Amino acid sequence: MTSNMKASLSANQEPGQNLSGIFRNRRNSLLDAMIAAFLIQDGITNGAVYALLGLALVLLFSVTRVIFIPQGEFVAYGALTLALLDGAKVPATISLLVSFGVIAFLLDLWGMRRGTDARTFLRSVGLNLVLPGAIYGITAALAPLGLPSVAKALLTVLIITPMGLYIYRIAYRPLADASVLVLLIASVGVHLAMMGLGLVFFGAEGLRAEPLADENYTVGMLMVSAQSLCIYGATIAIIVALYLFFERTLLGKALRATAVNRLGARLVGVRTHLTGVTAFTLAAAIGAVSGVLIGPITTIYYDTGFLIGLKGFVAAIIGGLGSFPITAIAAIGVGLVESFSSFFASSYKEVIVFGLIIPVLIWLSLSHAFHEEE
Amino acid sequence: MRETVSPNLLELSNIHVSYGRAEVLHGISLAMKPGSIVTVIGANGAGKSTLLNAVMGIVPSKGTILYDGAPVPRSVEGRVAAGLCLVPEKRELFATMSVEDNIELGGFLRSATERAETRADVYSRFPRLAERRKQLAGTLSGGERQMLALARALMSRPRLLLLDEPSLGLAPKIVVDILNIVAELRKTGVSILLVEQNARAALEIADEGYLVELGDVKLSGPASELAVDPALMESYLGAHG
Repeated sequence: MTSNMKASLSANQEPGQNLSGIFRNRRNSLLDAMIAAFLIQDGITNGAVYALLGLALVLLFSVTRVIFIPQGEFVAYGALTLALLDGAKVPATISLLVSFGVIAFLLDLWGMRRGTDARTFLRSVGLNLVLPGAIYGITAALAPLGLPSVAKALLTVLIITPMGLYIYRIAYRPLADASVLVLLIASVGVHLAMMGLGLVFFGAEGLRAEPLADENYTVGMLMVSAQSLCIYGATIAIIVALYLFFERTLLGKALRATAVNRLGARLVGVRTHLTGVTAFTLAAAIGAVSGVLIGPITTIYYDTGFLIGLKGFVAAIIGGLGSFPITAIAAIGVGLVESFSSFFASSYKEVIVFGLIIPVLIWLSLSHAFHEEE
Repeated sequence: MRETVSPNLLELSNIHVSYGRAEVLHGISLAMKPGSIVTVIGANGAGKSTLLNAVMGIVPSKGTILYDGAPVPRSVEGRVAAGLCLVPEKRELFATMSVEDNIELGGFLRSATERAETRADVYSRFPRLAERRKQLAGTLSGGERQMLALARALMSRPRLLLLDEPSLGLAPKIVVDILNIVAELRKTGVSILLVEQNARAALEIADEGYLVELGDVKLSGPASELAVDPALMESYLGAHG
């Protein structure tokens, strides 16, 4: 029951149908505490997933200046991969991964046509052919065995994460010096391509993954599912891990430095490609985790990712595409607004959520001097 | 028998740089010996900064750049790894990061052990920065920022330091401090290619000097001779020099 209601509220479902149906007779009276508590819980759960997406978008934009529209595709790929693994099927994602690797390798070869050294060549073979090949082998061997849910989740993240690397190599590395606008246009292209590939590899059927854990706990009058606890836990863990990465490691600091001063970073020897690869790999990993988390609470189609990604984008914009904490808090806000608007005005849910962006943009454009790198 | 290595650490021949269709350097040649300070002086817009940027690989150039007798690596990062390091005119610090992080990042391409060694040396050279470790780089004064830029550069353990107008915008007393530090650095074996508008101060600490005008070398020779050159004196050192 709870999970059905939750599903009805989550991203791509017809907004709040079940929920408003269930509570319709009470709507005219007043928003009683129980409904409010339920909506808040639901908003926070979805908001936590949007927070992960928003953080990935901020990370990518600040380091690479790419407004990464296809972040939601990583989510959809992750959720669909997990759902297929649930059915003890070999997910088509691994063929996609190998194809990406081969294309990236061919591009590397083209780049090496004027001569190269053995190390560069072997690294390219290892990264673009051996790595996806190994993941293909592991998945093909393990998937039919019917793995425990944590293993399936980890395997999903393992399959999706290297895609970030290949997407960077294929689409963005050749454009490293392009303007923000060109990078944005490339993002639209990558989004359409990834969505189309999703249709080819996963089909038009929607899938829902099994929850990572089935238990439900009753806290006061609220029913809290183990799945939503997983979502909170994973979101907090990723935020803490990102914090430690950026504050404590030299590579993390190099990424921050690139975001602060691109030329300065080059002058100390930080390669643009290194930061690009790192940022995209992290973003893909975060996307995969988001997919694993959201897959069991809503039915995911090949094109669901876009809408989920856009909600993370709203949060990232509120954070000025630069602030991690504001983005995370804004994402929870987006989740809450979405949840309450699906109760009060379900048909306008998306309009209200995306409408949030307008006052923020007006405020940002009034309060900040316009600065564009070009 | 080993072949004798070229005695020059850096050898530029016939360097051309264009921005779009406008050529700003018209075939500059320059050589510097290991352990020396060479200064490039000239008016605003003469192409001095462009020359340093070309040596660092930030702007593409035509001509040959030999470093340690071999063609210099192609990428900026490769050049940093090989021991070249540019302190640009605008410093290009990481303003929203701490002094400590800025310094640490200077050693990005060096091992943790090397970083630890150099860090100790850098902090003893710049005690002011050691006091302000936790402060954000953007909140430092102009002189401190220049020190931080130098400190960050030293963390990469350079063999050839390219300094672009290190005295720009600083109070006269701080200019003296900074140039003293530059002269000190040479004693550690670092070679320095120094671009300065403050010609008198630069010639005082340099071994060799090049006068660049409108993208060409107009005059070159030992710094002590340039410092008393009548033509140079008139236009760059002030008539009373």
